[in-house]
Amino acid sequence: MRYAGLEDVELMHRLALARTISGGMAATGAEEIVVNGVLAICDPLGGLYLPETGTLVVSDLHLEKGAAFARRGMMLPPYDTIATLNILSAVITRYDPKVVVSLGDNFHDRKGSEHLPADLRSLITAMARGRDWIWINGNHDPDGTVDLPGTCTDELFYGGLVFRHEPSLISGKGEIAGHLHPSATVRRREKSVRRPCFASDGARLLMPAFGVLAGGLDLRHRAMHGLFDREALVAHLLGRDRIYSVRYGNLIG
Amino acid sequence: MDIVETHSSGRDAALLPRPFQKWFAEKGWQPRAHQLELLARSTSGENMLLIAPTGAGKTLAGFLPSLTDLTRRGKIPPGSAFTGIHTLYISPLKALAVDIERNLMKPVFEMGLEISIENRTGDTPQAKRQRQKLNPPDILLTTPEQVALLLANKEAERFFKDLKYVVLDELHSLVTSKRGHLLSLGLARIRRHAPHMRTIGLSATVSDPMDLQRWLVPQNAPEGENPGPPAGLVHVTGGAAPDITIMRTEDRIPWSGHVSTYAIPEVYEEIKRHKTTLIFVNTRFQAELLFQTLWTINEDNLPIALHHGSLDAGQRRKVEAAMAANKLRAVVATSTLDLGMDWGDVDLVVHVGAPKGASRLAQRIGRSNHRMDEPSKAILVPANRFEVMECQAALDANYLGAQDTPPVGEGALDVLAQHVLGMACAEPFDPVALYDEITSASPYADLSWEMFERIVDFVATGGYALRSYERYAKIRKTNDGRWRVSNPAVAQQYRLNLGTIVEATELNVRLVKRTAQGLAKGTVGRGGMSLGKVEEYFLEQLVQGDTFLFAGKVLRFEGIRENECLVSNAFSLDPKIPAYAGGKFPLSTYLADQVRGMLADPDRWGALPDQVRDWLNIQRERSMLPARDELLIETFPRGKRFFMIAYCFEGRLAHQTLGMLLTRRLERAGARPLGFVATDYSLAIWGLNDIGAMIKSGRLNLSDLFDEDMLGDDLEAWLDESYMLKRTFRNCAVISGLIERRHPGKEKTGRQVTVSTDLIYDVLRSHEPDHVLLEATRRDAASGLLDLARLGDMLARIRGHITHRDLDRVSPLAVPIMLEIGKESVPGEAHDAVLQEAADELIAEALG
Repeated sequence: MRYAGLEDVELMHRLALARTISGGMAATGAEEIVVNGVLAICDPLGGLYLPETGTLVVSDLHLEKGAAFARRGMMLPPYDTIATLNILSAVITRYDPKVVVSLGDNFHDRKGSEHLPADLRSLITAMARGRDWIWINGNHDPDGTVDLPGTCTDELFYGGLVFRHEPSLISGKGEIAGHLHPSATVRRREKSVRRPCFASDGARLLMPAFGVLAGGLDLRHRAMHGLFDREALVAHLLGRDRIYSVRYGNLIG
Repeated sequence: MDIVETHSSGRDAALLPRPFQKWFAEKGWQPRAHQLELLARSTSGENMLLIAPTGAGKTLAGFLPSLTDLTRRGKIPPGSAFTGIHTLYISPLKALAVDIERNLMKPVFEMGLEISIENRTGDTPQAKRQRQKLNPPDILLTTPEQVALLLANKEAERFFKDLKYVVLDELHSLVTSKRGHLLSLGLARIRRHAPHMRTIGLSATVSDPMDLQRWLVPQNAPEGENPGPPAGLVHVTGGAAPDITIMRTEDRIPWSGHVSTYAIPEVYEEIKRHKTTLIFVNTRFQAELLFQTLWTINEDNLPIALHHGSLDAGQRRKVEAAMAANKLRAVVATSTLDLGMDWGDVDLVVHVGAPKGASRLAQRIGRSNHRMDEPSKAILVPANRFEVMECQAALDANYLGAQDTPPVGEGALDVLAQHVLGMACAEPFDPVALYDEITSASPYADLSWEMFERIVDFVATGGYALRSYERYAKIRKTNDGRWRVSNPAVAQQYRLNLGTIVEATELNVRLVKRTAQGLAKGTVGRGGMSLGKVEEYFLEQLVQGDTFLFAGKVLRFEGIRENECLVSNAFSLDPKIPAYAGGKFPLSTYLADQVRGMLADPDRWGALPDQVRDWLNIQRERSMLPARDELLIETFPRGKRFFMIAYCFEGRLAHQTLGMLLTRRLERAGARPLGFVATDYSLAIWGLNDIGAMIKSGRLNLSDLFDEDMLGDDLEAWLDESYMLKRTFRNCAVISGLIERRHPGKEKTGRQVTVSTDLIYDVLRSHEPDHVLLEATRRDAASGLLDLARLGDMLARIRGHITHRDLDRVSPLAVPIMLEIGKESVPGEAHDAVLQEAADELIAEALG
């Protein structure tokens, strides 16, 4: 999957917001929705919290993307992993979940988790202390993680929901998936704004990419066709410090 | 005007070998004095700069030293040892190299000289390029990128060792760009392979010839040696004075805007009266609109064509060929036709919109009547009232021979990084030797050793403080202290990424049919004609059904499929016109000063049309006209807003930066600013509080507001959020080799990897704000998009010269910019407000 095009994810704001939260500011701006009868909270930092089971879901961390490119001669900044983990740490602080589910493409390539520098590895270990951690395998990292806390699996059924990396083409009922990096564009008065988003029609939910270098794919792209009941589909866009919910029909593509 | 054009004596002409003397005699021509002077001095070993107006025989002059030397040498017998190229000709345009080949081949053929001449551009087939390396021509015509490619090759020394002359055409235009920086580094390397080669620069008139004279020779001689003299100068002045007029029309001259549609009937009449007319405009959008409007009144079906950089290359070549064959009556063109290409019999140049710079105007006017002794004929068509003054100022400037070309400037760091990698691809380099070589190029003469080391480190591993990429290094230091490439794939990557021109991401535009059936299904057909390319950011603003002007047609946007933009014929004359931010070039400093001078001096208004004069007179009664070095600030209420207009005359880019910084300051002062708009001439800011009253009561001090310290912390704070730096960063990232160039057509194979440079920028800024690539970006932006140098000069100039007029309503001088409000938006602000509104709709829907 290739994610091209202009991004307007206001990453700086997300990084800044993560710092405020780590500093102990009150959590605001999240949006409560219901997926397959289960209450879910879309957080503007890009995580989904399920209060009934105390589960935090994040997707497409793409850790070590910079290193993956460097292996091929493009020396992207080696700071993407620490930046992503800082945001993750802020969401974990906010919800203190019992379970963390990372929904696949946890690392940008197969070598990522094996070559992860020790200081970053210990960051993850610290975050996972006292909770269950589930690594769902993605297409970028199908072999699972190396030397990290938690369990690796292709799919997880839990609390009335199914968690997998790629959305199923057969049935989407109760599915929380990632892989597609949904983003959405809103236009008013000749000005368009494009942001990553949660996308849900009430039956299934597609997670925004959490990794800071992950990028996005428009919700109207062909790859998204057939996944949702468009009449009921709502995009929950990550704003500066809150979620903005916009009906599919009001988006532009 | 004096013409320094003496004809040569017989003794000078004796410098020429027999076939040349015979050829001149048969043609009934005399070699010109400057041609012989250049020949004599160049032959005796001097590096030379020839400055001459169009039509002075510059090309022949540039090649005479080489042609005569080759004639004396004679053809190299087959079976001789390998001989590298003798002469390298470098031009900024592919088309120019092709054109010169034509113009040079003719005399060479007529004189019966046995000299091989070939060109080499990005379009040259691989087989021919390979053959050129094995069996080089005597004279190679090429571009700066090809020179870099040849130098990054292991065979470079063999290829260049016999080089005698490097001829650099249109040098004035080359040196101010990143391509010029790349070329200066290439020249430094060529000099190492061929220490005795001589440079010959050909240039139009420039403001500071010494810049170019230095550029042509090595700088920073090693200790103990005398630095060489700058290149010698042959300056041909004069030529017939051009016949320039400003278009007068029956219609009213518009208050604002950039398109001169009001004058199109008059332009059409001029086309009818002349053989071939070249119509220059400043932007692609103006070209499109003008072309379309001309055709709506083209009752005589005159062959009128369109030429701009976004059109399909095939279509452009067709227009160029038709032009050369004198088959066209008019061509509407943007800067793609700016440079000295020799076309057919152009007898009129029409310049629509203000020229923005006196030198640019002179260059474009040079396009008509390509013979120095006949006057060029040109008509200027101002698009609005300020432009009338600007045209008049440019016209005065042209008669004065004033020049306002930009300075050569400091060499860009991203270009340096590219070059360092290229040099490692050629052969392992010793860092001290390479540093000496690089600082011999004038744009890099002041490069510090420390910065050079940072660049080498950047090329090797990205140059990050966090050193985690050592094992992936692209170049490595070996035991003998030299740097070599880690593996052959690095050289391959270098070749694919080479060059300094980064196109905005563009999509191909394909015309498809909209069938009734397709419409019903909401789909469209495929496989129609390709029309050219448009920038992705423009398409992002469109929704299906929107209409826009492109390739001379009104098109309906149907959607984006894979990497193509699908459009259909709109069958409409009324496109939804995209809001472009005016002219592409900002007003030059020189012309701005002229316009301010004209504004302040009613004695100079005589040349202006009545409408414009009346406008200025009313302004003088209602408000005032500022003195040449004074900054006039007007404030007035309108609607529910309070406006502040600053008449700075420093060009759109500097005004935009000023607008961003002033709104921050006004915000802090409690003026509650809402937005601003900038033109080439002035800046308008509006807000909820009465700015005029604040100034009068002393709550707002104008000297403080316009203090130079805004270029400190306010600037830094703004840069944090500026989208403009992201655009600049993207270019630096591509040129420096941090990320791979996107190669059109290869996206589908999946071998191209894309990653958003905006995201990389944010991550890098928040973790290593002092990284060398961010420094390169800030330097670029300061001289480019932000125009900080100019803003700084202005703030210094107006210190203590600010005059405030608090008015009860809009002044005549403010009308043009007031009309711009709403056409352009303030970028980078109020994004979340847009989201809020869209969200509110959902709430209303849910409640209703």
